[in-house]
Amino acid sequence: MDNPVFERIRKDIQENDVVLYMKGTPVFPQCGFSAAVVGVLSHLGVKFRGIDVLQDPGLRQGIKEFSNWPTVPQLYVKGEFIGGCDIVREMFEAGELQQVLADKGVPATAGA
Amino acid sequence: MAGSLRQIIHDKLLAALKPTQLLVIDESAAHAGHAGARPGGETHFRVIVEAPAFAGQGRVARQRLVHAALANELAGGVHALAISARAPGET
Repeated sequence: MDNPVFERIRKDIQENDVVLYMKGTPVFPQCGFSAAVVGVLSHLGVKFRGIDVLQDPGLRQGIKEFSNWPTVPQLYVKGEFIGGCDIVREMFEAGELQQVLADKGVPATAGA
Repeated sequence: MAGSLRQIIHDKLLAALKPTQLLVIDESAAHAGHAGARPGGETHFRVIVEAPAFAGQGRVARQRLVHAALANELAGGVHALAISARAPGET
């Protein structure tokens, strides 16, 4: 049986190029790991939708099951799971995140 | 029993991944007082692991191998787990 939260997650990651499931909001992150990913995306000038899992216990648990990933933050680009804070940071430092965004046609105003 | 959870994480990774290098660091003190921290600590860990099992695997797959070995701990008290995973020979 499919978790009803999954349908909502599918819709969010289909309708938005870049989605960050996080604790807090992009303006007021409630966790250092979420803040770090917001920092990378902001630095690259990537427009993204931040979704605060702290506002919804069902989503907070559901996103972990949906992604098969036990922690938050979680970054999705064009519907594809990219990773959490460590992976986003490693990929950014290696230039891989910029490449993934470019390959998927997501505009970034910085670092181009 | 300070450090016991760190030891459990260490032992489980040792058994599951047969690492050639393994370092488990309890960083809870650096997060004291913020969300997810508990007075007793043992909530925030950093794992640096080198294992042949990671060869040819992507970043997400490598972390999932670590997550799988620590499923019980992640479902319980561990609030944050930073992972650096590499295969032997990688820098």
